[in-house]
Amino acid sequence: MTKLIGITPSRRSLLKGMAATASALALPGFVQAQSSAPIKLGFQLHRTGIGAAYGRWYERTTQAALKVLNDQGGINGRPVEVVFEDDGTDPKRGAEVVEKLASQAGCDAIFGPLFSHVVIGSAPRAGELKVPYLVCSEGYHVASGKLNRWTMQPGITDVRAQVSSMAPWVANNLGKKVTMVFPDYAFGHDHRDFFTAAIAAQGGEVIKHIAVPPTETSFTRYLPQIPRDTEVLYHVMVGPAVLTFVKELGEFYGSGARPEIFGFIDSLEAVDTAAPGLEFLEGTHFWEGHCRVKQADASEHETFYRAAVGVDDNGASVSDAKDVSTYAHMFSTWETLFLIKAGMEAAGYQGSADRQKLIEALEAMTELPESQAHPQGSKIFNGKLHQVFGRQNISKVEGGKLVRVHQTTIDETMYESDVDYTAMSF
Amino acid sequence: MDFGPYLLLALMEGTVMAAVLALTAVGLSLVFGVMRVVNVAHGEFFMLGAVVAWFVTHYMPGPPALAFAAALVICPLVVGGIAALSDTLILKRLNYDPEATIVATIGLSYIFQQAALTFYGPDARPVEAPFNLRLQLPWFGYSGYKIAVVLAAMLLLLAVWLLMTRTRAGLIMRATQLDRNTARAFGINVDKVYAGVFALGAGLAAVAAVLIVPIQQAHYLMGHDPLLLSFIVVIIGGLGSLRGTLLAAVIIGLSDGVISVFFSPTLAKILATLLVAMVLVFRPQGLFGAKP
Amino acid sequence: MTRAIALHLAVLALLFAAQFILPPYHHTNIARIMVLAVFAMGYNIAFGYTGLLSLGHALFFATGLYATGLGIELWGLPAAPALVLGLLAGGAIAAATGVLALRTGGVSFMIVTLMFAQAGYLTILYFGSYTRGDEGFVIARAARSLGPLDLSSDTPRYFAALILFALGLLANLALVRSRLGRAMVAMRENEERSRMLGYNPFKVKLTALVISGLYAGAAGAAYGVLFGYVGASFAAIQYSIMPLLYVLLGGAGTTLGPFLGALLMFYLIDLSSGVTTAHLFVVGAALLVLVLFAPKGILGWLRDRGAKWLP
Repeated sequence: MTKLIGITPSRRSLLKGMAATASALALPGFVQAQSSAPIKLGFQLHRTGIGAAYGRWYERTTQAALKVLNDQGGINGRPVEVVFEDDGTDPKRGAEVVEKLASQAGCDAIFGPLFSHVVIGSAPRAGELKVPYLVCSEGYHVASGKLNRWTMQPGITDVRAQVSSMAPWVANNLGKKVTMVFPDYAFGHDHRDFFTAAIAAQGGEVIKHIAVPPTETSFTRYLPQIPRDTEVLYHVMVGPAVLTFVKELGEFYGSGARPEIFGFIDSLEAVDTAAPGLEFLEGTHFWEGHCRVKQADASEHETFYRAAVGVDDNGASVSDAKDVSTYAHMFSTWETLFLIKAGMEAAGYQGSADRQKLIEALEAMTELPESQAHPQGSKIFNGKLHQVFGRQNISKVEGGKLVRVHQTTIDETMYESDVDYTAMSF
Repeated sequence: MDFGPYLLLALMEGTVMAAVLALTAVGLSLVFGVMRVVNVAHGEFFMLGAVVAWFVTHYMPGPPALAFAAALVICPLVVGGIAALSDTLILKRLNYDPEATIVATIGLSYIFQQAALTFYGPDARPVEAPFNLRLQLPWFGYSGYKIAVVLAAMLLLLAVWLLMTRTRAGLIMRATQLDRNTARAFGINVDKVYAGVFALGAGLAAVAAVLIVPIQQAHYLMGHDPLLLSFIVVIIGGLGSLRGTLLAAVIIGLSDGVISVFFSPTLAKILATLLVAMVLVFRPQGLFGAKP
Repeated sequence: MTRAIALHLAVLALLFAAQFILPPYHHTNIARIMVLAVFAMGYNIAFGYTGLLSLGHALFFATGLYATGLGIELWGLPAAPALVLGLLAGGAIAAATGVLALRTGGVSFMIVTLMFAQAGYLTILYFGSYTRGDEGFVIARAARSLGPLDLSSDTPRYFAALILFALGLLANLALVRSRLGRAMVAMRENEERSRMLGYNPFKVKLTALVISGLYAGAAGAAYGVLFGYVGASFAAIQYSIMPLLYVLLGGAGTTLGPFLGALLMFYLIDLSSGVTTAHLFVVGAALLVLVLFAPKGILGWLRDRGAKWLP
């Protein structure tokens, strides 16, 4: 209890009597006495910058989850507060925000970032401050073993698991000769490497890789590079120009013959699939982390989640049908918040001195059954990898709406790895 | 795809790109030509044009074509007004000192971005084209609207050229460009000319944005790319030369498509950027400008 | 003269003492600010003293950052030689840029440096298999130590940042008082006259730019080792504008201006986030206000009003 976080002993004595935020950290007795005081969680939010479209929905989802959580009695009977701080989708500011949330606001844990460069830029600081840092990013950075004991991704499956689990279905139902179009940077390269390997394991082949520079705003001139014998066109694009890409793809193929198209919904997050110019998407397939359009067999938890966040059956805001959510990703913030609750309650969490216990409690988790806390579906957490695994959906556009045609098992998403964060020191 | 159709597509895309480049760059070129001011906020004027176009088409009832026509009128007026205001309130007070102006327009561009983020939001939103026509060639389909953009760009550039060479306003602008003190001595209100030119440059960026936004989407960070591209075009063409700007746009637009067929597109961009720097270093008057 | 030295030593003593009383959040902030101030000092040597307004200093900073980061991660260098590599790389890229860019002046110089920096940014993306592109990479914690000093823990990190800052500041002060420093100012004030007085403007400006690059490279190298992350975002245009902003705010052509500007700007953004989410507006408005009402910055303003001894 007397262990002080992020402050060297020599200065500790001098800190007493300092600003309230510092003293809340520095004086363990204070924390004990305030055991009914709120638990503070920090949210590293992409409010501005390139990730802002996601950030807006991540914030809404988290606010909704927070309300449900507090209505149910909070964590260990204590109310929960979430402090949102903008990181500008910038890694430098991201690290500063981790610092601010942990040291100044006195948050017990930090969660929420999506963009990989922010995660990788901030994780070292979270490790040094010894504050749990739970990311909602789908990147392969955590499971790659390059980050640290304090960083984990318990709310969303990583990209390696996503693409590997879907390759069999793609190979067996759409075709074996694949052309991939992806952004020419790290996130796209993960898609390229893992999907190429996974499709080869199915007896298929990626016949052409088309890497598009991330600064590109027009794509038509890349499209003739798609070989004519392509059976499946695989696309994943992110950023503000994604809609242009999808539209130009439609113009390019027009009414002529075209290969099967399999895309990552990242290409269309926050975009209405019924927007003018997207008619050609009819009959194409998408990966979805969480089905945007409410499916016929939606669980009660899914229905509850959708209503709580304020999303209609088409995946748009209930107050504005044109305001489409980032449905395939944002569930991760909801699930992460409820996992923090589960972890803190399992650890008997009292205050910031128990942060290590929280990490250990999370690492000990394995099966996370479908529930109100996990509306996307059941998951399995791998404590060694610090990474969660869950079912992935493949949807087909029918009548302008995404209808699920396949769901992978959790087992299909798992891969061999010798990464073991639990062997690392705190 | 076979080489013939491939080349055809590359040429068509190149032509569209050339039109887009010429449209976005002409305003920058004009402002630099007359005022000797490098306007770093030019890309943000472009962005504001696209964002205002979204508002106009979104809230205007009636058929999309009508709303689009309204946007073509309203956007340049709004953006031009903002530019005139910026000129009077800020640039004039800096006495158009080149370095101070650059810093000030950097500041303005941050403010415009924030305004768009606050009032418009972080999403990329589509603006519907005034008509939906797709040309279906035997090998590939192509957007009819893109062809219309090329035609509109030609008309617009022709109009700018007529304005500069055939009207009294153009004469005054050229006089101011040549020597602002003499112009003042002849009773020209230089302050007014500068505000007008700055507004005209921004208005042209806004018109370009309205024409282009159905091909792309309106987004608050979309101004960065047009700015860099405009810089490239204006520099290669020779700072302040309208004819050079047009020529450079055609050359860059057409070659860009072809280069990225043979090289990695990222490498092509690196080479293009370095080429621009080298042109400035070794031929500061641009590839098509005469020695001063 | 001695007043100036006393002031600088007092600032350094204050920063040394500050680490014992600052709450943890501000403790790390000041360490960051000191490193960024070194970057800004380098910028000031080119812009404030020599009159070279560059829009490409992110290239020099990022070169230092990547030379050090890749040196550690790819070639397994210990931190000390990697830091030296970063410093030298910053100077070398500045020399290469300067040889070409200094053939131009004024607006062209800005655009040439901007274009070089953009090419550098794209190059980092292009060699993504080594640099991990925009995503960047983490420098392993074990590699972040100088001898017994673990630079990933707070006290040694602050100490290292302070040493770097002190060296940079004192070298800056010495430079300003040297013959070369006076030649630099002569370039800014009147290049033609200084040519007639027998200076070689190209040589003086190139030297200033290389020194500037050494500062930026050192700052980038230190930022990587002290904070553990290397990424392409540091090569983007915002990081060329950042030191310009710091220098304009603190006072161009003053030795302490860059630090003051970095300190104020950092906290302006940090504190404003409690009031408004419009950071971009804060930055933009700061630039406008400065350029309109205080083109010489805070210390420049003070110098004009009596404190003529401020170096």
